[in-house]
Amino acid sequence: MSTLLEVRNLVKTFGTGDVATRVLRGMSLRLATGEMAALLGPSGSGKSTLLTILGTLMKPTSGSFEMLGQDLITSADRELTVFRNMHIGFVFQFHNLLPDFTALENVMFPTAVREGRETPTARARGRELLVRMGLADRINFPSANLSGGQKQRVAVARALMNAPELVLADEPTGNLDRASAMQVMELIDQINREEGTTFLISTHDEKIASLCRRQLVVGDGVLTG
Amino acid sequence: MLYALKIAARYLTASKAQTALLVVGVAVGVFIFIFMSALIGGLAEFILSRTVGDISHITIEAEIDDPALLISPEGHVLAVAQRGGIRTATLADAATWLPLIEAVPGVKAVSPQITGAGFLTRGAQISQVSVTGVEPGRESAILDLDGYMVEGAARLASGLIVLGRDLADDLALSLGQTLRLQSSNGVTAALTLSGIYETGNGGMDGARAFVSLPTARTLFAMPQGVTQIEIKLDDLNAADATALRIQALTGLDAAPWTDGAEQLMEALNAQAQTGYFLKTFALITIVIGVASALLLSTYRRRPEIGIMRAMGAGRGFVVFVFVTQGALVGLMGGITGAALGYLALLPFPSRDAFEVGTLPMDITQGSYGLAITLTVIGAILASILPARSAARVDPVTAIGQ
Repeated sequence: MSTLLEVRNLVKTFGTGDVATRVLRGMSLRLATGEMAALLGPSGSGKSTLLTILGTLMKPTSGSFEMLGQDLITSADRELTVFRNMHIGFVFQFHNLLPDFTALENVMFPTAVREGRETPTARARGRELLVRMGLADRINFPSANLSGGQKQRVAVARALMNAPELVLADEPTGNLDRASAMQVMELIDQINREEGTTFLISTHDEKIASLCRRQLVVGDGVLTG
Repeated sequence: MLYALKIAARYLTASKAQTALLVVGVAVGVFIFIFMSALIGGLAEFILSRTVGDISHITIEAEIDDPALLISPEGHVLAVAQRGGIRTATLADAATWLPLIEAVPGVKAVSPQITGAGFLTRGAQISQVSVTGVEPGRESAILDLDGYMVEGAARLASGLIVLGRDLADDLALSLGQTLRLQSSNGVTAALTLSGIYETGNGGMDGARAFVSLPTARTLFAMPQGVTQIEIKLDDLNAADATALRIQALTGLDAAPWTDGAEQLMEALNAQAQTGYFLKTFALITIVIGVASALLLSTYRRRPEIGIMRAMGAGRGFVVFVFVTQGALVGLMGGITGAALGYLALLPFPSRDAFEVGTLPMDITQGSYGLAITLTVIGAILASILPARSAARVDPVTAIGQ
């Protein structure tokens, strides 16, 4: 499989002087296209920081990061915004939907913000994704009125809207009951298999991690396994 | 940017009570702006109509020729004047100029007049008067003599005289009585009192007499020409420009009413300045209100802004969303305030019917379009700071909130 992204010797330090905290201590990682990997590790091990850097939302203190052949360390904020919109999807623990918008409007957001309007094509794609997530009857529901599991499925649909090569999921099932968590994971697995989308899923849950075909263990700012 | 507009509108409709409060706040500011514009404008109109409404807006007076100069063989300059003669300046060609002046755009009425001093006598009583001879049919061209008549009529004909109430009372005169008027030229005429007016101006009501132009010609020995031409304009504020135009057209010395009215103009300017200050403060209140409300909104929506940024929304998009919110609030508040202002001004009498004792509000001077435009601009400016603050939100921190 071809390489989707590669990071080398990533270092991330927060603060300076006596209060400086080094969260990543020279982490290196390579993800291939179509992988479904779990990122395991205790709280404070650097999982979320790694995901944030991979999501181009934060720059490391040092190290290299390339994805799809593009150097994402030296890219400007504007270029990173466009790159993120086109190639990376996010699923957060608390779904983070826009509460004043419907399920469909939330799903369409990544495309609409790029196109400048909600195009019929985006609307059709959004509907298709929501149907696929089992939310055909919740398409025009205000997102604030959805259950936790439904919200997380909408978040997954939103992450897939622009057909990104990489989806970063930070504890996507951490706030769900077991049934809902398994439902979400099944959907992720299905999309990974059918569309070849790469998933990197941060989790504390060994059972969730076991559903992924690769497990990466983070400890003290480096990959330990 | 249609999508940013949709998001801005959605944010506003999502918090209806907060948006309504904000719009009402802006509307109150706009209402004050419009109310002050109508009041200051109306007050200026009222003061001008009361002080300048009944006077000539442009006056052309004959210039008194200097005495002829005689140079002596020694080189001394001697002025030659006729002993005992009364030097009355005359606009001899007034009849030629009148049609030209009447054709000047903005000129409402023209009144050729002969003015002079005289003494009214009735029995043993004598009063000094200022005599104005006006053309029959043009009695109310400048001063609304018809409107001020309390007895008789303003119509002047040969042998008739119209006096003010105070003067008539001083001389114990009533309509139809005959009195004698001796001009400063020494000519005496017996005249019949045909009307009594009352303007409320003591100086005028107690010392001014109106006669017909032919009568004035006899009294002041002026077989042709007039001493002055008074001109009334549609817009008294155009007096300076129109006077220059008439001067260029005729070569006559046309003086606008603003000459010698510096104190009145200063007072009106001071009043206008006060209005500007009040309106500026109203706008500042609007700007501060919108800015603080939007700052609160951006703070409350930080997590959403973080999500938008994570999903690929650029900083410019975020700025546009919040600036559009400000513009929409300004537009809604502006239109609401302007409508409320207009409705509140409707019950007040129109500018032509201002009454003493009521607020002289001029509904036509509400500056509605200006108020809405300035409000929208102010609201946009007010939203720039919150919008920039929103665009600088760190997505990582915001999403974690």
